[in-house]
Amino acid sequence: MSTFWSVWVIVLTLANLALITWVLFANRKVAVDDQAEPENKTTGHVYDGIEEYDNPLPKWWFMLFIATLVFSAVYLVIYPGMGNFKGLGGWSSVGALEASQAKAQEKFDEQFGIYLDMPIEEIAQSPQALKMGSRIFANNCAVCHGADAGGNFGFPNLTDNAWLYGGTPEKILETLYNGRQGMMPPQGPVIGEEGVKNATEYVLSLNGLEHDKAMAAEGQKVFNTVCMACHGMDAKGNQLLGAPNLTDDLWLYGSDRAQIQHTIRSGRSNMMPAQKDKLREDKIRLVAAYVYNLSKQDEEQQ
Amino acid sequence: MTTTVAKTGPVPDYDYNIVRQFTIMSVVWGIFGMGMGVLIAAQLAWPELNDFWQPFSHFGRLRPLHTNAVIFAFGGSVLFATSYYVVQRTCQVRLWGGWLIPFTFWGWQAVIVAAAITLPMGFTSTKEYAELEWPIDILIALVWVAYALVFFGTIMKRRTSHIYVANWFFGAYIVTIAVLHIINNLEIPVAPFKSYSIYSGTKDAMIQWWYGHNAVGFFLTAAFLGIMYYFVPKQAGRPVYSYQLSIVHFWALISLYVWAGGHHLHYSALPDWAQSLAMVMSLILLAPSWGGMINGIMTLSGAWHKLRTDPTLRFLVVSLSFYGMSTFEGPMMSIKTVNALSHNTDWTVGHVHSGALGWVAMISIGALYHLVPVLWKRREMYSTKLINAHFWLATVGTVLYIAAMWVNGITQGLMWRAFNADGTLTYSFVESVVASHPGYVVRWLGGAMFLLGMLLMAYNVYRTITEKVNDAEADNTVRAVPAA
Repeated sequence: MSTFWSVWVIVLTLANLALITWVLFANRKVAVDDQAEPENKTTGHVYDGIEEYDNPLPKWWFMLFIATLVFSAVYLVIYPGMGNFKGLGGWSSVGALEASQAKAQEKFDEQFGIYLDMPIEEIAQSPQALKMGSRIFANNCAVCHGADAGGNFGFPNLTDNAWLYGGTPEKILETLYNGRQGMMPPQGPVIGEEGVKNATEYVLSLNGLEHDKAMAAEGQKVFNTVCMACHGMDAKGNQLLGAPNLTDDLWLYGSDRAQIQHTIRSGRSNMMPAQKDKLREDKIRLVAAYVYNLSKQDEEQQ
Repeated sequence: MTTTVAKTGPVPDYDYNIVRQFTIMSVVWGIFGMGMGVLIAAQLAWPELNDFWQPFSHFGRLRPLHTNAVIFAFGGSVLFATSYYVVQRTCQVRLWGGWLIPFTFWGWQAVIVAAAITLPMGFTSTKEYAELEWPIDILIALVWVAYALVFFGTIMKRRTSHIYVANWFFGAYIVTIAVLHIINNLEIPVAPFKSYSIYSGTKDAMIQWWYGHNAVGFFLTAAFLGIMYYFVPKQAGRPVYSYQLSIVHFWALISLYVWAGGHHLHYSALPDWAQSLAMVMSLILLAPSWGGMINGIMTLSGAWHKLRTDPTLRFLVVSLSFYGMSTFEGPMMSIKTVNALSHNTDWTVGHVHSGALGWVAMISIGALYHLVPVLWKRREMYSTKLINAHFWLATVGTVLYIAAMWVNGITQGLMWRAFNADGTLTYSFVESVVASHPGYVVRWLGGAMFLLGMLLMAYNVYRTITEKVNDAEADNTVRAVPAA
């Protein structure tokens, strides 16, 4: 703030407070108690039948007013408020934030530090670490993947041990650190509407769903010339590219005919945001262990 | 009674037509605005209600319609009615202004109808309580200038030597709202219903809350204190308690309120000095705010027995109690450490409604029950019993509303800031939403009770106007001009 504006703020503040104090004191003495002076009860003004007493300011109210003024004066000496004057207390909101962040980081180092070097498989064995991982997940990941990590339309289920990019600790960490860009290119312009419909029947057939056999046979030809490039000859997908397995009856964008046609015709674009600038490394490892453990539970159940 | 007694003479031919028009619309817009409030309260408790008529029925579009309808349509109509009534009677002259007078009525109604159409359509400048787009903003400014001319023109030709305290408050509110409205709505139009604010970033936020808080401070506080200063002594038949007190608290109130807006932006990018000043000025506001409450309540001393038989007076007294409560709560919430807990929670919503329902609506209802018989030449309202029922519905409804929001607000504040020993948050956001659900249901119930009271009022007003007898079949007409 330039000196001019600083002075402007200070002068306006002081002038306002001084004027209020003056009005308060100036109106203290002239009043007349309506009980004490029954002869001279009202101010003599009459408005539409309304008269006015001239009782003195209630004492407790006057003291309350003074108390708030004194508090404010003291506050403005200690804390920033008067333009560029920073206050004698040395407090600033940035300073307060940095101090509490530093304190928190110190505590985090104590709490989470041990997980920096611990292998994910080992972290996943510790109930305490999993509990912390679940809380970090609830606060950061649940908004898309769901509180139970069961996923949502467009957001993968993390509990089913089916992986777009791989379920090893290293791959999960990679996903968390750098995020992922999922991209199914639109095939409508490449294979034509006929091709889209046939390929859809073929994909349905791969999952044992109701389909048109003749169209599926045509679709297989399309698949073997175009789709196999990413999804593979066996349609089991390619985790290096993030191309999903098309034979496991698990669906990110729905399994009905229209949805699959839409996916093939217009493509899909998806994104898992990188966490490396949002979460500390030790916290990312805790989440990774939590997610890793979710898929293991699924395995055990099977 | 020494020096400055008003010049007496024949009672002038007051312009009651405009007061009658605004009085009727107060009841109509009150029901509309509060009904909208009950609907969106239900949407928060049962979210599937958002889906009735998407996107027009969505909470995000109806919420600004609710706030604009209750503040500017209901509150505004009450203020036009009462200020036009009070300024005439306390100045002992007919309203000045010629065609400007009906222009304020039809112009203001046009603003409200335009709001009710454009807001659900999604046209919004996104500034809270100033969502209306630029063509409507211009119409508001024109109506407001006409209002100021009529009001101050009438003051200019008054037949009393002094200006009554109620008119100080009305005058301050008219001038300040004009300044606030015009400055906050400076914007660059890019299409018939799209504009961009000329301010940006923190400055935009500061200007917005300077406006927003003074919509509360001047529209909903100072102006309604004007109502209080006329209708409380009038209904109680007692002199105002202290002239000195009214001088001190008037000047302190209007000079301090304009500083306080920054407390809406605690812990934001607003510079520290502005946050501190906003907090300090908000604290000093406590005493001036209470000055109005003291002057109102002490005016009743010596007339307490009237409360037993006069539910209209009860509305006025209870409104002053809620006023005192919410003006204590406000300075408290402006303290940074308290704000750290209360900010963004339902506590804020509860605070606003203890003012909006408890103070603004209650004193308006009291004033309307006083006005209707006078304006339509009746001895009293058609049914005192119904006023009494309205009183209890309104009081219990308000208490339910505020209590539910306090519980919710403090619960949310505590849940959001709860940390585990490991530094992670104890609760995810949705857990605080689940915890808030019972409070949302109670809030809806409180609001519904308040709305039901308004419907009783509408019925009572209708019967008072259309019938010459009251509910006991006794003659309710006044033939001569009522004695003041």
